[in-house]
Amino acid sequence: MAIRYHSRTEKVFDAANIAVLLGLAALTILPFLYVLAASFATESEIAARPFFLWPETATLDTYRYIFSTDTFIRSLLVTIGVTAVGTLVQITLTMLMAYPLSDPNLVGKGLIMRLVLFAMIFSGGMIPTFLVVKELGLLNSYWALILPMAINPFNLIVIRTFFQQLPYELREAAEIDGATEFATFWRIMLPLSKPVIATFSLFYAVAIWNDFMSPLLYISDTDKWTLQMFVRQVTISSDPSTTVGQLDPNYVPPAEGLKYAVIVIATVPIMLVYPFLQKHFAKGVMIGSVKG
Amino acid sequence: MTSTKTPAAPAPLADEELVSTAATPRRRRRGLLRGIRRSPWLYLMLLPGVVYFAIFKYAPMYGVTIAFQDYLPFLGMADSPWVGWKHFERLFSGPDFGRLLSNTLILAFLNVVIAFPAPVIVALMLNELRTQMLKKFIQTAIYVPHFLSWAIVSGLTYLLFALDTGPITVLFNGVFGTDANFLADPDWFRPLIIVQTLWKSTGWGTIIYLAALAGVDKQLYEAAMIDGASRLQQLRHVTIPAIVPTVIIMMILNIGNFLDTGFEQIYMLTNSLNREVADVFDTYVYFMGITNGAYSYSTAIGLFKGIVGLILILGANWLARRFTQSSLF
Repeated sequence: MAIRYHSRTEKVFDAANIAVLLGLAALTILPFLYVLAASFATESEIAARPFFLWPETATLDTYRYIFSTDTFIRSLLVTIGVTAVGTLVQITLTMLMAYPLSDPNLVGKGLIMRLVLFAMIFSGGMIPTFLVVKELGLLNSYWALILPMAINPFNLIVIRTFFQQLPYELREAAEIDGATEFATFWRIMLPLSKPVIATFSLFYAVAIWNDFMSPLLYISDTDKWTLQMFVRQVTISSDPSTTVGQLDPNYVPPAEGLKYAVIVIATVPIMLVYPFLQKHFAKGVMIGSVKG
Repeated sequence: MTSTKTPAAPAPLADEELVSTAATPRRRRRGLLRGIRRSPWLYLMLLPGVVYFAIFKYAPMYGVTIAFQDYLPFLGMADSPWVGWKHFERLFSGPDFGRLLSNTLILAFLNVVIAFPAPVIVALMLNELRTQMLKKFIQTAIYVPHFLSWAIVSGLTYLLFALDTGPITVLFNGVFGTDANFLADPDWFRPLIIVQTLWKSTGWGTIIYLAALAGVDKQLYEAAMIDGASRLQQLRHVTIPAIVPTVIIMMILNIGNFLDTGFEQIYMLTNSLNREVADVFDTYVYFMGITNGAYSYSTAIGLFKGIVGLILILGANWLARRFTQSSLF
């Protein structure tokens, strides 16, 4: 592009464009910066100053308090555990199902694919699913946060398409060498699908980590609350220390600051993996836009 | 000779299998059994997935039959009495239906009019940036909220819009001299929902349009420049026509989940003061079914919404096939 125009209108246009976009970026980021600053501020400062990006007197009270309570630590550990186990279970089941469905010779493949597609566009709904989970005795079990969404049909179809695009000769060669289909899958297909596994594990992990509806529906025992439930309870209650638990009766916990700190802590893990998320999810959006 | 032929066999073999699948049940069974004998591992790998779909997708679909029963947990599905269309009659003649429908439709409409075009506009603006560094920076910033849970977004909303202390409340009331109570006033419920949606998904929504824009042939811009087109004219005559097909496809896809107003988002912004405007089908099913234990009635509501949704998706798919030569399935 050798020819460039630098007329006045264009300069004004560019400047306005940049200003608006930077404004949007600021609107996205400022709430975080404020919450981060407020989480280190004293109760009186939060009450006195409506908005600030730097606390006048920095304190670690809220964090010290929150990490001293079992309720919070437990919900954090529960969420980490459920996310780790859940992601492993879900990606395993999805890969296992996607591979046979990518075999052009599988009898019954068409029927199963049609049933999977139908499950994507119609569901029994919240209550019948709840009753199934209840009948299985999974209420108040961590498995209720994992199994009902074990295989995302969309992910399944995309992974199947990925397997279909691998040369069929690989399977034939393995078969001639005497490998079973499972050995082919395990030793040849899985090593080839590492990027796919990474991408969809992230999809599943973020979905579990952020899930609010499943714990709301299936977990009534407050000891088993996930982080999201905890965040919800703390941020809506007028006296969050009742949720968090009071250890020392003589200590007045920083009630308002607690809300800010909880949001910061729940956001940090997502921020830590954000560079990976941005890369892999963008790729996922692109795969998805190609017909599954 | 036969051994060299084997590698090329899969395709015709597949056809043969398909024919036998479509034939009589007896032959189909034989085909399946033969398939299992030939590749037992594949069917073994398939099994957990099939069991998953049977239990967590198809059992609940069968479970919708309780919409036609007076389901009692201790009697179970087999023994609960059948009551025909009673729950649907109650739904359609009751006072809540009109409110639910209008609340759902208004939110869906606001989504189409405000939340849908926003990423298109931002993508066009990003596309005009000449500095790649700046573009990357802004993208990185505006993608973040996509990954945050609704619990966090609603937590932020409660803090920022809190009465008397929330920064946005203070700013807004200071500038306009009002005493708006965002979280409690029903009039502010829908604007808040739209603001949340815009904040959370506009940035991420640009990706698909940016990809379409990246695919535009650079020569088109060069030709336009040689013809003396200004930047705005290039935008009008090259860039915008280039993303119209993507916009149309996204629009059609949106029709399919028109009624999906987002359970978590609405549930967490609902309180006793704004319930009149907040209740939509999804949250109402939760309050009736889980909170009040009216399993059959709430299943009927869910089934109604599910069937309307199914019709919308099939309609959207038909439109997609008709106008864009591509379809979902």
